[in-house]
Amino acid sequence: MNQKLWSFLVPVLSVVVALIIASFVILMIGKNPITAYAALIRGALGSKMAIASTIVKTTPLILTGLAVGFGFRAGLFNIGAEGQMIVGAMVATAFAINVGWMPAVLAIPLTMLVGMVAGAAYASIAGFLKAKTGAHEVVTTIMLNWIADYLSSYVVTVPMGVGFGTPKSPEIASSAKLPPLMVVQATELTSGIIVAVLAAILMKILLDKTSKGYELKAAGFNPYAAEYGGIKLADNIVLAMAISGALAGLAGTLEVMGVHHRFLGTLSGGKGFDGISIALIGQNNPIGIIFAALLMGALRNGSNEMQFVGVPKHIIMIVQAIIIFLVAADRIVRTIFLRKKVAK
Amino acid sequence: MRLFLALIDIFTNPAFYKLTLTAATPLIFASLGGVFSETTGVVNIALEGIMLMGAFVSVVFTWLTGNAWIGVFFAVLVGLGMAWLHAWASITWRGNQIVSGTALILLAQGVTGFLMEPIFGRPGQTDIVGKIAEVKIPFLMKNRFLAQSIGELSPMIYVAFASVFVAWFVIYKTKLGLRMRAVGENPEAADTLGVNVYAVRYFGVLMSGVMASLGGAFLSVGEVGNFRELMSGGRGFIALAAMILGNWNPVGAMWASLLFGFSEAFANQLQSSPLLRVASTTKPLFNMFPFIVTLIVIAGFIGKTRPPAADGVPYEK
Repeated sequence: MNQKLWSFLVPVLSVVVALIIASFVILMIGKNPITAYAALIRGALGSKMAIASTIVKTTPLILTGLAVGFGFRAGLFNIGAEGQMIVGAMVATAFAINVGWMPAVLAIPLTMLVGMVAGAAYASIAGFLKAKTGAHEVVTTIMLNWIADYLSSYVVTVPMGVGFGTPKSPEIASSAKLPPLMVVQATELTSGIIVAVLAAILMKILLDKTSKGYELKAAGFNPYAAEYGGIKLADNIVLAMAISGALAGLAGTLEVMGVHHRFLGTLSGGKGFDGISIALIGQNNPIGIIFAALLMGALRNGSNEMQFVGVPKHIIMIVQAIIIFLVAADRIVRTIFLRKKVAK
Repeated sequence: MRLFLALIDIFTNPAFYKLTLTAATPLIFASLGGVFSETTGVVNIALEGIMLMGAFVSVVFTWLTGNAWIGVFFAVLVGLGMAWLHAWASITWRGNQIVSGTALILLAQGVTGFLMEPIFGRPGQTDIVGKIAEVKIPFLMKNRFLAQSIGELSPMIYVAFASVFVAWFVIYKTKLGLRMRAVGENPEAADTLGVNVYAVRYFGVLMSGVMASLGGAFLSVGEVGNFRELMSGGRGFIALAAMILGNWNPVGAMWASLLFGFSEAFANQLQSSPLLRVASTTKPLFNMFPFIVTLIVIAGFIGKTRPPAADGVPYEK
């Protein structure tokens, strides 16, 4: 069996196995898995509004998936997309509140740029520490996640906070709002999805068609050989972390510009961590990541409907965990599959 | 000036030292878990998830049986189960250890969140189900300062410090420990000499499950008596940092855990100091403190300490 087919089959089979295991978990709490999955599909794809809302949920997931996937390609495990997304959204909001005087053609790209630079800068802290001292990016980016989390809950209540109830910033200037592609009942289909898909295509070009992309991949694949071949590892680590952080920052920024139109403390809501599953399911391939994000967006969106039939939406996290576990040890999946083939 | 007075007030308060020990204990447990696992060459970032699961399971079984020690026992069993999953994926199937660890963290967050409503009827946090009683050491109770700092502590704190000694003894003074270190440094050589690399690594990883789940159980039934969603709050990762700072040595990890426990207790006392009157909205800034300290410490000390040579590398016969 060739490698290409495997890299497609492993994630697909992992998803199937995960959904089967999860159905037993649902049985365990005395609910009917068929009812639950029917509700999931209805909630994700059952109506025009459901589809629109799935696409809205998919948009940031494509970008966090790309962020983590880009890191993986360069040999880095950026578990900090969550924090970079928060910082990107927060800084972009601070900028976008004050650009009422700018025309939209300027305000929109500039706000995106600000959010990306903020995410990149925040991720670079971990990149810099890894390059200079060897500190593992998993531990440093987790610390940076918590710092971003607490910092944002301060910023959104004190310096930026307005109104009562959920901590939130003021609305951004209307020139910085992304115009919706269309409005389906109450759901605005954000044009951010176009930006996210474009980002995936750009990443594919960068990785496959440019010499810098080749360098980054080489450094990720075999750092010692790459260094021997004259590639500066330290520079590449910082650059790869920065690009990864820029993508995560853009994810947060588009949430502000296209969906909430303001910064909320709960804006990230685990989307950065979803990026890990998405990158693994998409096998770090930008096009694969788009489809994986769509799957995860549908699961997330449909899980709300599942709540109504009494299945807590945390089941989606369990499904994700099983998928990641199986992709991590992909030999398990290969063995299960090969045994079946022999049995036939 | 007010800050200065507040600092004096904090450092002369015996409760601060008790708080430091309490904050350090889960870190000591979990960092020992990290030491056990990584000494044999398996990276286990699932500590965070195993802690969370341990905190949850101990509350469930304390609630069912009314005895917090039985709760702790079941937490350890489930911790062993999770560690076994990690060992199975990363030793037997030679999977990516960090990715498998991430899966287990997510699994713990999913399972604990998922079961909150069916078991306790509401999400967020459980009722107080009871906790392990603190024990008094009579001769320490005579002095007011000693009585309020270390005179009356949870027995699990003593278990934590005893575990440091046991871990040190096992790893550095027994044949098994020698094999663990050999397998972590050079599995090929150990294999040639007849050491069962896989079995030794399984032992290391399973021990990390025991330790991390004890740390998690301490957070819930050892300290507050209930479970809150995501209550491990990054401590599994701080414990990994403590392991690194402690140079993969149980005693070093203990000192590092005490340092991080100190910084957490300090941030807590500072924000609740009556002299400073910190506004509740400013408190998140204080909560950042332990994480910033950890980040700085990692950045400053890494490279000066040395991980086992085969750490994180799957072994293929």
